[in-house]
This record gives sequence, structure tokens and C-alpha cells, in this order.
Amino acid sequence: MRTLVSASVLTRPKGRAIYWTVFGGTVLAFVVAFLFPVYWMVVGAMKSSDELVRTPPTLVPEEWHPENYKDAWGTLDLTTHLTNTAVQAAGAWILQLVFCTLAAYALSRLRPVFGQVILGGILATLMVPASALLVPKYLTIVDVPIIHVNLLNSPLAIWLPAVANAFNLYLLKRFFDQIPSELLEAAEIDGAGPVRRLWHVVLPLSRPVLGVVSIFAVVAVWQDFLWPLLVFSDTSKSPISVALVQLSADAPASQLIAAMVIASLPMIALFLVFQRHIIAGIGAGSLKG
Amino acid sequence: MGAPTSAVGGPAPRLLRRGAAPATEPDAPRPRGDRVRRRVTDNLTAYAFLAGGLLCFGLFSWYPAVRALVLAFQQSNSVDEATWVGFDNFRLLFADPEFGAAWRNTFVFTLLALVIGFAVPFALAVLLNELRHAKTFFRLAVYLPVMIPPVVTALLWKWFYDPGPGLFNEVLRFLHLPTSDWTNSTSTALVSLVLVATWANLGGTVLIYLAALQGIPGELYEAAELDGASLWQRIRHVTIPQTRFVMLMLLLLQIVATMQIFTEPYIMTGGGPEDATITVLYLIYKYAFVYLDYGSACALSAMLLVFLGAFSALYLRLTRERT
Repeated sequence: MRTLVSASVLTRPKGRAIYWTVFGGTVLAFVVAFLFPVYWMVVGAMKSSDELVRTPPTLVPEEWHPENYKDAWGTLDLTTHLTNTAVQAAGAWILQLVFCTLAAYALSRLRPVFGQVILGGILATLMVPASALLVPKYLTIVDVPIIHVNLLNSPLAIWLPAVANAFNLYLLKRFFDQIPSELLEAAEIDGAGPVRRLWHVVLPLSRPVLGVVSIFAVVAVWQDFLWPLLVFSDTSKSPISVALVQLSADAPASQLIAAMVIASLPMIALFLVFQRHIIAGIGAGSLKG
Repeated sequence: MGAPTSAVGGPAPRLLRRGAAPATEPDAPRPRGDRVRRRVTDNLTAYAFLAGGLLCFGLFSWYPAVRALVLAFQQSNSVDEATWVGFDNFRLLFADPEFGAAWRNTFVFTLLALVIGFAVPFALAVLLNELRHAKTFFRLAVYLPVMIPPVVTALLWKWFYDPGPGLFNEVLRFLHLPTSDWTNSTSTALVSLVLVATWANLGGTVLIYLAALQGIPGELYEAAELDGASLWQRIRHVTIPQTRFVMLMLLLLQIVATMQIFTEPYIMTGGGPEDATITVLYLIYKYAFVYLDYGSACALSAMLLVFLGAFSALYLRLTRERT
């Protein structure tokens, strides 16, 4: 494909020299800017406490202490916090997928009266910055209206607000809108009810968008900090992100850094596995408000 | 593209008109009672599908939005009954020296983030689009920081910024350059936070620009080159106009996102030194969860809402017109 610089320019000796210089420089800059900090973290966690604060620092540890990772896991109780995070992310993912899909399908295909008003109300929430709702949302969690239940320290405090995700719902609705009506009408003539039409026609066609929504849902919970900080006053219930900050004051530096690496690994693994979907989803995600 | 709404406006989209008329329309006229019953059942089914979503939106979006506006005019804490106080919360905020500092810092932060975080990703994307090798490596590397949890990024950079054995000062000393106090000095703290935030978020922006650049028809560059346009002229007259829409989108998005910064100052500086890095969201947090004054926290939230709501509305309007 033709870009800014034409291919013919690059075949000339001068063009080739410039290209490879720029290429080399960019690789070097990317390694220094994006990979080195991560390397420094992974390796720093394996230094002894003395070596960690030494000046000048060592690029490669003189003594390797991989057991720092094991120690960090034990002293910082990472099993608990990682499990908490996984439970919170999984629940938010499943509830979001189920309720947003059902609602998007209803708005896109079943078209109830006031459907447009409801959709308008959902889209309007995109204009409200999340931080403006922080306090009243917290108060709702502390005392849920009508049923008067306190959801503090319960994973429901993460799960239920996650469903109210206008962006993901809208993404799904837009995708459902594009499914040819003929398919659904044919299914209806064959006697398929709304549930069967959703399950057998709409969902199989919607795999790509369901994948994007799933990744967004899981990543959002894993990365969030302020909301779980508020709703999990009980440290044993808190996810890894909150736990790291609470532990950062007391834990030995090398163990804290090891814990930071461990907290990042699931996200990096997710990225490496689903990189195609994630990068494709960012295009759709550029609409995110 | 979805259905139109009165909330944002905009013309009725194509898909809605092309999309089937409600499939429930019967071919032959049926008895009136039947049709009414059919409509009622259809609507009940649709609302059964909507129920879960509506409940969550009601509880966690619509009700809190109304409540934020009400609480802004009430005195409210976790103990006493809420009472109406008119504009007292706003007066209290205006009298607080941290209020001015928080808004000033937030604006400066956003401005700096735009200066650094707007030009750099664009330039990087233009560069990467020209490189014909190791494309996957570049994409993975640039997006790696985005996938690292923000808390980890903040703690990591706090360690790098450490004026003693911190990595950055080590590098400066190695290069025989003057060292910096980074987050420990009122003059550099805010810039230091902007650098972290830019490092952490740049990857997403680069990838969005890359997608936009790949949509530019090659003939435009071809034609410009035949007309004798230099490299810079081609960027100026082809690349930039062709990606203007994406730039505008990202500009609005970035303003909305950076004005809600919290994690970095909370973890890295605690708002200090001397309020140099306190932000609006941080102050909302302080009022609500340190001073337990929900009313004033909501009054401040309402101000942020009014300010950012305008940007979000504009953003939403533009995306809807485009798609």
C-alpha cells in the first residue's frame, strides 16, 4: 500500500540508508522507552534489598534472588487478592455479557414502546463523567434503594455497576442492527421465539463484538483502582490493585516490585493471547467516552 | 449506527430506515383483540429482556446522576439526616484554597498532557506507518504500558523518580546532567505526573492513529508527489487533513479522560508537595471520604459534570454524525 514515502524512494541507496537508520533508531527508542522499564521491574524484583538501593545500580543482578517472587506471594497474600480480582472480573464479565446483550437485543430487534427513550437515556450517560457519579454511586452501594442492603465488601459492588456500561451496550446494539432482517424473519416464520432467535441467529453472528466487549469488561475491572478502593474497606476482600497500594508502605521493596510484576502478568498474558482482537477492538474503542 | 434519540439529536440514521419494519406486523388483518394482545405480549417480552440492564442503569447511572445534583444543595454526611443548604456547599468550596489549586492543576495537567500526549502519538503513528519491518514488535511494545495496571505503573514510576537511588537520576548522573527532584518539588511534580500518564496511555492513541492512517488512499500521496510536494508538505496537506476527524475525537476524549486524573497523584504524591498535584477528582475524594462532607463533594462533582458534559456531548454528537 502506498504511504507517505513511496516504495521507489526506498529502493535507492540513499533512501535505503535513511530507512534503516530511522528503523534502527525507532527500535532502539522503543526498547528504551517501553521494554526497558518493564525489564527493570522484572529484574529489580530479583535483586537483594542492598543491591536494589545501590548507586550506581546494576543492570543485571549480581546475585539472583528469584525467591523474592515466592516470598512476595506468601507475605503479601497474593492468592487472596488475585482470587478476589479474578472473581470480580469474571462476575462483571458474565453479568455484562448477559444483561447488555439481552438489553441490546431488545432495543435493536424487539423494539418495545419507549425503546428510543430508553436508548436515549442510556446514551446520555456517556456524557456524564464517571467521577461525577463517584459519591452518589458509593451511597447507592452503601444503602441500595428500596431493598436497603449494604453491598460494601461484596463483589456485587463491582458486578452490578459494571452492567451499566452504555458504551458496551451501544457497541452490541449497533452490531445487532447490522444483522440482516431476513435471517431473523426466516427464523420467526419457522416458529422461533425471541430467545431462540437471539441464541441461534444473533449470537453466533456476533462473536467478534462479543469478544471485544469481553476483553473490555475484564481489562476494566483488572485496571480499576478508585472504585474498589472505596467499596472494599475489608482488606481481605480487596483486589490486587488496591492491595498493592495498601501494602506498598510496609512491604520490603523487592517483594513489592515482585508483587507488581505478578499483578501485571495476567494482563500482559491476555494481551499477548488476544492481541489481534484487542488491537482490532481499539478501533471500535476509539468511540469510548 | 443506532437509533436516534432526543437526548443528543442528529438525523435519523440509515440503518433504522433500511432495517425491517417490526416483524410483528401481520400480513392479513386480524381481529383487533388479537392484535392488541400480540402487541402487549411482545412488549412484555422485550421489557423482560431489558429488565436487568435497566435496573443496573437505574441504580448506578440515572439515580446517582439525579442524586448528585440534589446532594450538591444539601448538607449530608454519613450520620445526620440531609438538610437543604442552598448554595452553601459552593460557597464553602470557593473559600477553600485547595479548590483553586485543584482546578488550576487539573487545567495545567490537561494542557500539558495535550501538548505532550497529542503531538507525540501522532508523530509516532506517522513514523510507524512508514516502517515496513517488525510491525508486530512496534505494536506490542507501544501497547505494553497500556496493559500494565495503572497502579503498577504509578508505583513503578514512583520508584524510578526516587531522588536517591531512582533510575532517572542515575541516568542523568551517568550522562553528567543535573538531577531533578521530580515529584518532590512543587515546580516539577505536575510535569512528572504528566510524563507517567503519557507513557501509560500513549499506546492506545498511537494504534487509533495508525488505523486512521491506513485508511488514507495512496493516490492522494501519489498525486501530491507528482505535483512536487515535499515530505513535510505531504504531511501538512494530505496526512493531517485526512486524519483531522480522528484528531478532534481524540482531543475531546483526552480532555475528558485527563481531567479525571486520580490514581497517579493519589499514589505518587498524595496531592503534594504543597497542593502542587491535587486534582479536582482528588479533592472530590477528599471531601467525600476524608472530610465525610458528601454535599460539598457532590457540588464539586456537579461543576466537573457541567464542564466535561459539554465536551462529551460534543464528542458524542460528532461520532453519531460520522457513523
